[in-house]
Amino acid sequence: MSELEYDPNLHTAELDAREDHAPGDEPEESAGHWVRNSNLGLGFSIVLTLAAFLAVGSHLIWGPAVGVALIVLAIGQMGVHLVFFLHVTTGPDNTNNVLALAFGILVVFLIVAGSIWIMGHLSHNMMPMDRLMQMQP
Amino acid sequence: MSDLGLPAAVETLRRVREDPHRLGHRGHGPDSPVEGAGHGATGPARKRIVVGYGFWIFLLSDIVMFACFFAAFAVLRGATAGGPTPRDVVELPRVGLETAALLLSSYTCGLSFAATNARSLLWTQVFLLVTGLLGLAFVGLELQEFISLAARGITPQRSAFLTGFFGLVGLHGLHVTVAGMWLATMMAQVQVKGFRREIVHRLICFNLFWHALDIVWIGIFTIVYLMGVTP
Repeated sequence: MSELEYDPNLHTAELDAREDHAPGDEPEESAGHWVRNSNLGLGFSIVLTLAAFLAVGSHLIWGPAVGVALIVLAIGQMGVHLVFFLHVTTGPDNTNNVLALAFGILVVFLIVAGSIWIMGHLSHNMMPMDRLMQMQP
Repeated sequence: MSDLGLPAAVETLRRVREDPHRLGHRGHGPDSPVEGAGHGATGPARKRIVVGYGFWIFLLSDIVMFACFFAAFAVLRGATAGGPTPRDVVELPRVGLETAALLLSSYTCGLSFAATNARSLLWTQVFLLVTGLLGLAFVGLELQEFISLAARGITPQRSAFLTGFFGLVGLHGLHVTVAGMWLATMMAQVQVKGFRREIVHRLICFNLFWHALDIVWIGIFTIVYLMGVTP
């Protein structure tokens, strides 16, 4: 028996229900489970996408509220994709994945909202272009 | 049996109350420790977990980069310099087709991984091929859009808004193109090397990448296209 005979990294093909899981991965190996998840994801996504295009194409929603409705539908569809396609869930085996995702969302929020906020203020406080031109010597 | 089993029950109750999901404790306790669970004394996590989680971190950083482009687009949306407005740029029927192609490709990509789990070479290849063709259709539609826009004089150098538009949509298109090349590579590797461990790990990563691109596209078709035509 050599010392090298045992290598924990050798057994990487099968997952155990009791360990943590990376996104896109689950202990469930049966194809039917993955097909069912894909079907559900596709079904929900089609409904949400059609709703988004309908919200714009028809006048079912009060005009000024369309933007908010679109954002809500987009966030909902991203959630559907995360759960059914990427298999990121709220289960205890997914804690690390969800924490990383939460940090990513925080950074995305800071970048997008911060940029819009700061640049909006800058442009609001800027002197109109015609007056700026008059001040040129 | 002298204590009527009470202490054990109390002990269990206490453990469940303190830590209902046994976070960080799986692989311990009454069940035998799991080799490679990555907890405590059970050794390092399996490579399959390390690879998938590492790729997840990369994907999040990629999404942060997209967030920068989204932020630039949102800020520059009104800076049209007297040129075309978002309403002039958007053609909803084509965007609908692009969305359908990418969503269906995400679906077939998920099916290909189901086939991988069933260790079916044929169906893995078939679904990967369908995924690639749908991705190709998406890139083709987008190229057609860019060419027809350019023919109308709508190019990135026209205004800050158009720079943001072509930057964001083009970056996503570039990602899909590169992912398509990766897909072709994976098809060749699956064919030649079969379902070896590292090949399955790469398929997991490819699946994650493809689905993440679809998630970014949800943001693009909502914020750039649909909100471009709402009043």
